[in-house]
Amino acid sequence: MSSDRTLLMRPSPAARESLSALTPILHRVVERIGETNDITTLALEPLEPPSMNFRCGQFNMLSALGVGEIAISMSSAPHERMLRHSIRDVGAVSHALCQSSVGDLVGVRGPFGSDWRVESARGDVDQRDTVVVAGGIGLAPLRGAVEELVRDTQRGGGRIFILVGAREPSQIVFRADLESWKARGAKVSLTVDLATSEWDGRVGLVTTLLADAGFDATNSRAMLCGPEVMMRFTARALIDLGMDPEGILVSLERNMQCGVGWCGHCQLGPLLLCRDGPVVPYAGLVSQLLTQRER
Amino acid sequence: MAADLPPDLGDSVVVLTVQGLDELVTRLSALGYEVKGPTRGESAIVPGSVKSSDDLPRGVHDVQSPGSYRIVHNDDDEELFGWAVGPESWKKEYFPSSQVMWRGEVVGDTVVFRQPDRSHTPLAIVGARPCEVVALRILDRVLEEGVHRDARYSDRRDSSFIAVVECASPADTCFCASMQSGPGIDQGFDVALTELNDEHGHRFIARSGSPRGADVLSSVPTRPANELDLEARTLLLETASRAMSRSLPYGEVANLLARNVDHPRWTEVAERCLSCGNCTSVCPTCFCSDVHDTTDVGGAIERRRTWSSCFDLEHSYLHGGSVHESSASRYRQWMTHKLSTWWDQFDSTGCVGCGRCIVWCPVGIDITEEVAAIAARDEVRVGVPSRRGAS
Amino acid sequence: MSTAMKDLVEAHPFMTSMNEESIELVSGCARNVVFAPGSLLCAEGGDADTFYLLRRGQVSISAHVPGRGSVVIETVGAGDVVGWSWLVPPYRWTFDARAMDAVGCIAIDGACLRVKALTNPSLGFALLSKVSMTLLERLQATRMRLLDLYGDHRVK
Repeated sequence: MSSDRTLLMRPSPAARESLSALTPILHRVVERIGETNDITTLALEPLEPPSMNFRCGQFNMLSALGVGEIAISMSSAPHERMLRHSIRDVGAVSHALCQSSVGDLVGVRGPFGSDWRVESARGDVDQRDTVVVAGGIGLAPLRGAVEELVRDTQRGGGRIFILVGAREPSQIVFRADLESWKARGAKVSLTVDLATSEWDGRVGLVTTLLADAGFDATNSRAMLCGPEVMMRFTARALIDLGMDPEGILVSLERNMQCGVGWCGHCQLGPLLLCRDGPVVPYAGLVSQLLTQRER
Repeated sequence: MAADLPPDLGDSVVVLTVQGLDELVTRLSALGYEVKGPTRGESAIVPGSVKSSDDLPRGVHDVQSPGSYRIVHNDDDEELFGWAVGPESWKKEYFPSSQVMWRGEVVGDTVVFRQPDRSHTPLAIVGARPCEVVALRILDRVLEEGVHRDARYSDRRDSSFIAVVECASPADTCFCASMQSGPGIDQGFDVALTELNDEHGHRFIARSGSPRGADVLSSVPTRPANELDLEARTLLLETASRAMSRSLPYGEVANLLARNVDHPRWTEVAERCLSCGNCTSVCPTCFCSDVHDTTDVGGAIERRRTWSSCFDLEHSYLHGGSVHESSASRYRQWMTHKLSTWWDQFDSTGCVGCGRCIVWCPVGIDITEEVAAIAARDEVRVGVPSRRGAS
Repeated sequence: MSTAMKDLVEAHPFMTSMNEESIELVSGCARNVVFAPGSLLCAEGGDADTFYLLRRGQVSISAHVPGRGSVVIETVGAGDVVGWSWLVPPYRWTFDARAMDAVGCIAIDGACLRVKALTNPSLGFALLSKVSMTLLERLQATRMRLLDLYGDHRVK
């Protein structure tokens, strides 16, 4: 610890940066896309420049004005020059956001939290293969990262394997993007839990896509986003295939009310997920925390 | 905390009488401070307005035990600080239980956000306890020393004047000595007082801990402290430390709890815990809050932050259900946060040993007893590296 | 038995870590078959007389549900196996298995394999261990899907 003497030394006001972290910045909905029956993508522009600088995997606190605020990851890449959020209608605030129309105002605070670290630790293009595994709406926080990865393959980055699981074919988001990523060299595999007669693709758990995807687990990294159980299951399968747990990133979700580390709701053991997450390596500590029985 | 004075304090240690304390209060008022301190409430010592030493709880003592608090009054006692801690800490002066973060008004086709006025009357506390001053420093780390700073919290912390009074009468539930947050204090205050009442008279040893503390002390009548005064203080603090029967293993508790997340004691304590959240509402470091938006009929929006508790089912709500659903899970979250994961998150303990959570628990759950019970059946798991806590 | 057949059998992931003798015994019951897209490897209610080791293509496991048509429960592909009803009485298929594209597989005669497993306990145990591993994986995946993780679980 720092000694209590240090704890008791109050720094001078000048040493601290002032920040008004709780007031949203108004954005206007410039495009609204219905992705599935309950998932909507909003493209947002600030009423006044500048646009937000962010990294893929980070999140914003989105306000449906007068209703409340929720944490939603960005689903666009910074180089696309448009802030997009894909929202699943699961509660009062997300419902209000999904119902908003082009021209409506949305409050935005952010960006907050950690990112997918698309670039290598040295800050250049990562030459390892990247395995992206998404479940349901989990593809949204990964979408920007995939856009960056696809761009990077043209600059010498590793191969990209995109494995997507969904409840049923109609719940697969970003169909056009998936086609576009495929056209630009990514290997895309889809699977669903429940198939209708029109579906001629694969049926089964997303992990069944791992075995014949064709990546070299010992020289690749992974980015996982989806229900927590699905991420645990997938991470363990990747480790069994020989992947380094430090190279497996997961995006975690807890109740977030402030986004700035003050409200205490998003604790996961020693982590404050708004500050230390949402994207964390599935290494020793996180894997322990995620299997700890909480009920 | 060390009871011995650092040698460099030298002759800055002075003595003031009760009348001198009155003049100190008067001086603080004259400087524009709103002076508050411990006052005698109907059945508890509570924060209140202080105009002179007559407003302080003269002759009042507190009797505290698990699940029980009462005050007794003795007319023959002159002491103003012959008690330990009341139910309310000073936290709410800086971090109010309910606070407007902003208001939004629809103007034309846009919304204008207005933050509440940051102007405020500076607060002077006369009679904060060392554990409470340490608790405020712990809160500082959460609310202003992270990536983001709560400006209004900082405003109030920066402007306020703290005269701490060292503790001579710990309650049965106190364990600050083991948490390195009392009964004496070296830093973190503007003025530190130690109340002495012996054959040499009723008086206060006073030290300044900041330039403004030194200014205020120099403006009231004092005399330099002598050897007898300093020895009396040392003895007083040593006696107070020894009087504390409860303790926590400050250096070990973080790792102890980190490696015992599956300990059977969590289920045992959950059979008694009512999940009422009393412990969190009296805790001087608990900082969890809810953020709510409301709209009035005119369309004006208000965002408010209110204290919340990790014992609320909604605290860990994630569309569909709560992460911490059982009492065992919520109690474990609370206690491991206070004593273990707080180190990971903020590099300090989250407990100062004030004992309020023990006293105000309706069923008398005792955090020190719970730690001892876990330590008694410590399940050291092989292969789990120590990673938390004091080093 | 041709050496070519033995090589094919040996190369299939299901046979990993099986000994030389077991591979030879299995190969003796095996033949190489191809299914055209849409054709059935096995049909619900039919005699379960074959164990398929898939070499290429995708196979759907489905059941016919009146009003919903053929509902696909799971798809399996190269490296997977199809069918274990040949192992336990009454040796009857429970689901349809249909080739989704051109499917190449090793078809092993179930009755032949059962006799060899009975008379050669070492093969029998190896075979059962492998089938159990596959069953376990499929059961776990099925249980995971029963959780309906992507479903809408908010309190209505």
